[in-house]
Amino acid sequence: MSGANLDLKALLERAPYVRFLGMQAELVGDEMTAILPFSPHLVGNTFIQALHGGVIGAFLEMTALAQLSVAQPAPRVHKTIDITIEYLRPGRALTSYARADLRKVGRRIANVHVEAWQEDRSQPFAALRGHFLLGGEA
Amino acid sequence: MAADPDVLNLLAQSMAGGTPQSSALGFRLISVSEARGSIEVPWREDLVVDPDTQVIAGGVVTSLLDHTCGLAMAAAASSQPFSTATLDLRIDYMRAAAPRLGVTCEAHCYKLTRTIGFVRAEAWDADRSDLVATAQAAFVLNRPKPETAA
Repeated sequence: MSGANLDLKALLERAPYVRFLGMQAELVGDEMTAILPFSPHLVGNTFIQALHGGVIGAFLEMTALAQLSVAQPAPRVHKTIDITIEYLRPGRALTSYARADLRKVGRRIANVHVEAWQEDRSQPFAALRGHFLLGGEA
Repeated sequence: MAADPDVLNLLAQSMAGGTPQSSALGFRLISVSEARGSIEVPWREDLVVDPDTQVIAGGVVTSLLDHTCGLAMAAAASSQPFSTATLDLRIDYMRAAAPRLGVTCEAHCYKLTRTIGFVRAEAWDADRSDLVATAQAAFVLNRPKPETAA
């Protein structure tokens, strides 16, 4: 396992909220895949057993922050400035995956797009675009 | 059309603690009235991202905003049978919440058309005039299909 992969796992395991969600991540080269196994406490709609919209948003946001921390290690945690979450389909009672695309990483600000899918990557169920303040800035 | 207080109460109870995720996060209902809802999430040790700062996770605030927007949406459309789905949710984070403080959110569905509800929400920790985050959401309203002729 690479050093970056160990760092990423340490970062995620250190965060109580990441453990609360049950989120994991795998790094291949510099590309990270975030994984969210289904768990009953993540459900927001019991009629159709769909993931809570907030869980989906949080998963996408944590994916963006984790990918940024891999690409741009910083003394302090990167901060979210704004995010827009697009809900495309219900998140079903299945394992979810997400990958982040760092569209632009500037000196202080990064623009990140994230897509999440379940069974078929070409059928994403949610997407996020957001701006993040890179760690080290006040 | 004025909302039935009993319907709003029932709705409030089912929205605040009624989903597995909202009860896992410890959401507590503050109030619900026509087209408005308010929910708080108390601080908890397992809901922080960085144990050094003890600040409640942004993801928890995201869930709170989404859920409270859903409550306001349900309160606005409570006189009709429907289900909703979130189309999009935009969140601006003004600042991190203070260490070891929970967050309170109020949402208002300021416009409801036949098919879409537009909702705004604000979240704060100690002082409502010093916000942690704001949100803007759009929901699609799924009304029961009218009886179709065979």
